[in-house]
Amino acid sequence: MRPILIRGGRVIDPSRGTDGVADVYLADGAVAAVGRNIGQPDEALVIDATGKIVSPGLIDVHVHLREPGQEDLETVASGAMAAAAGGFSAVCAMPNTDPVTDNQAAVGFIVSQAQRAGKARVYPIGAISLGQKGQQLAEFGELVGAGAVAVSDDGKPVVSSHLMRTALEYARTFAIPVVDHCEDPTLSAGGAMHEGIVATRLGLKGIPSAAEEIMVARDILLAEHTGGHVHLCHMSTRGSVELIRRAKEKGIRVTAEACPHHFTLTHEQCEGYNTNAKMNPPLREPEDREAIRQALRDGTIDVICTDHAPHHYDAKEREFDDAPNGIIGLETALGLAITELVEPGLLTLCDLVNRMSTMPARIFSLPGGTLAAGAPADVTITDPKASWIVSPDQFFSRSRNTPFAGRRLTGRAEVTIVRGQIVYQGEPRTEPEKRVPRGRQ
Amino acid sequence: MSAPSLGKDLVGLEPLSAEQIQLILDTAEPFKEVSERAIKKVPALRGKTIVNLFFEASTRTRISFEFAEKRLSADTVNVAAAGSSVSKGETLVDTAKNLEAMRIDMVVIRHGSSGAAQFLGQRIRSNVINAGDGKHEHPTQGLLDMLTLRDRFGRISGLKVAICGDILHSRVARSNIWGLTKLGAEVGVCGPASLLPRQVEELGVTILPRIEDAIQWADALNVLRLQLERMEAGFLPSLREYNRVFGVTKERLERAPKELLILHPGPMNRGVEIDSDVADGPHSVILPQVTNGVAVRMAVLYLLAGGSPDWAGGSESPSTSSGQALPREERGER
Repeated sequence: MRPILIRGGRVIDPSRGTDGVADVYLADGAVAAVGRNIGQPDEALVIDATGKIVSPGLIDVHVHLREPGQEDLETVASGAMAAAAGGFSAVCAMPNTDPVTDNQAAVGFIVSQAQRAGKARVYPIGAISLGQKGQQLAEFGELVGAGAVAVSDDGKPVVSSHLMRTALEYARTFAIPVVDHCEDPTLSAGGAMHEGIVATRLGLKGIPSAAEEIMVARDILLAEHTGGHVHLCHMSTRGSVELIRRAKEKGIRVTAEACPHHFTLTHEQCEGYNTNAKMNPPLREPEDREAIRQALRDGTIDVICTDHAPHHYDAKEREFDDAPNGIIGLETALGLAITELVEPGLLTLCDLVNRMSTMPARIFSLPGGTLAAGAPADVTITDPKASWIVSPDQFFSRSRNTPFAGRRLTGRAEVTIVRGQIVYQGEPRTEPEKRVPRGRQ
Repeated sequence: MSAPSLGKDLVGLEPLSAEQIQLILDTAEPFKEVSERAIKKVPALRGKTIVNLFFEASTRTRISFEFAEKRLSADTVNVAAAGSSVSKGETLVDTAKNLEAMRIDMVVIRHGSSGAAQFLGQRIRSNVINAGDGKHEHPTQGLLDMLTLRDRFGRISGLKVAICGDILHSRVARSNIWGLTKLGAEVGVCGPASLLPRQVEELGVTILPRIEDAIQWADALNVLRLQLERMEAGFLPSLREYNRVFGVTKERLERAPKELLILHPGPMNRGVEIDSDVADGPHSVILPQVTNGVAVRMAVLYLLAGGSPDWAGGSESPSTSSGQALPREERGER
């Protein structure tokens, strides 16, 4: 394997609290050295990163890759490529596949598909309950043995408080987080968007904020009771933020994530019955969006994730009530985070790398998230000034369902390195329109 | 005269201006007379093809549209979801595109999903008229309610209209709220809090917590049908209690400070939201609403087809001169 020397970039490594111009030398799949003016070994591939950000590879702890079951929407390979193009060196794949990833063979299949693809790393998340039916615990020990890094019934809430309690207790044996999609289904049933003035006008059944907050409160109480680690998915309301803030003050083992759409958009986006703005949890009110932004700033919310949820064009091209929830996000997350959080001054670039790399690695006990010597050679080189227009036609993902089409963003991954190998390299693009579509031909 | 036009589709009253709503009501006036004739037909839409696409059961609205179309001499086809390709899993957009491939001019759509009419209007070239979409809007019902109010009071502006019942699930309520407030009426909504939409007051309406409050306040009550399935969904304990707490009864009306006009979009649950002696009483305009429904729908069809509003309310009514209402282009040719 040819060593790589990344020269002259601004190296940001929140794990060591460093931020400054340096060279990064990768050899044998690991970080060999970070420092000023590293001499060039003859055989090394040199990447000039002047003006660029060099950080540990970004990690997305919440994606849906649709394989097995819906390979027309996404596969492990296409998702891993989309991830790499978005600057992610690793993703965690949710288990709501068909069949559900609730046993060691299913976990092993995803691990092997990811290895064959050889792009971003893919860490499976196993199901909490068999078939995600919310009744019987899946075999966490075997899931972890096969490569699962957490358990979740995401897509569905864990309705039974008893099951959630036992999951939190049982997961302690394996030191994995229990990742919960917080939704009280008796409040959200039939809901198509956030319950508020826009839903009232459009005549759509709303999902109240309380549907999320009730489960956030429950999960916090159960985490306190059991001592287990609960990780709360895609937080969307100001009430949830408040609950998490208080829980963290009490020292309860709760961590949380938020998605770019929830810190960028509001329920107004559903106007005109725009099905690309239909997601669960729904886009909320401006006050909620602001609370999510502040929570990312002050650390109440630890992690930025995408909830990348591919759907076919036809499935979104229908009545709002009948359209599926979710949007893809792997190829827009970094640009949205820089545009919406860094440029307005809410987060520094160092904070951003912390939320998108170091904290995800820490919370899910993943390799990476650091450029310490000996760490895996997973590196993202970002052009923080690149100005580009979101054009879904050029996505590596198999799906196109995004509400951000046509939006101008600042900041984009230029090179993604996984295990010391370049898995994505975009052209330097001051003119985004010049980008040649790749990967789908 | 530069009258406002309606645009391509009528999906609701929310996007319309006061002038556009006024235009429809004014255009409906001369069409009332057409239905009173021995030969109830004018050639205004002769040669136009209209599809009535009803994905939800409807008697009154479908028949009213069909009469309106036939009295304007349009060729009409009725499609119901049951027995059509829809029941074989065809999507709405495919159904519509196939109909359009047969070169139609207009679609009247009733659908259970909010936004269905707008969705269709954005994807086909034909004019689309919303005959009720989910819980969103039922614009021709709102218009016929307003026409009926205007007939009785001579105006809309300044009227106090209380909409009573299940506001949460009602497209009739939303169309009435938009239409009435745009024309300067005051609108109150009255019903159990479990059946009021969140932040409904932001639509510019007053919340009247009890039916007695509505009766004290209003000039007219528009009493909505209470869907019987709301009890099973846990919104209400029983129909019996609904009638006892929110029912529009003769006894309650007798305590009103003034005589109230009573509207109901039908079909009624007698003894639930409205008592028979009120529905059949002297202040009920429930049947005139139905009559006005045909005139309002004729006006909407005519205007969307490009008909000129010039004669509406003026001396040149559709029954004068040649005795026919004619679209602008036909009149221009003569």
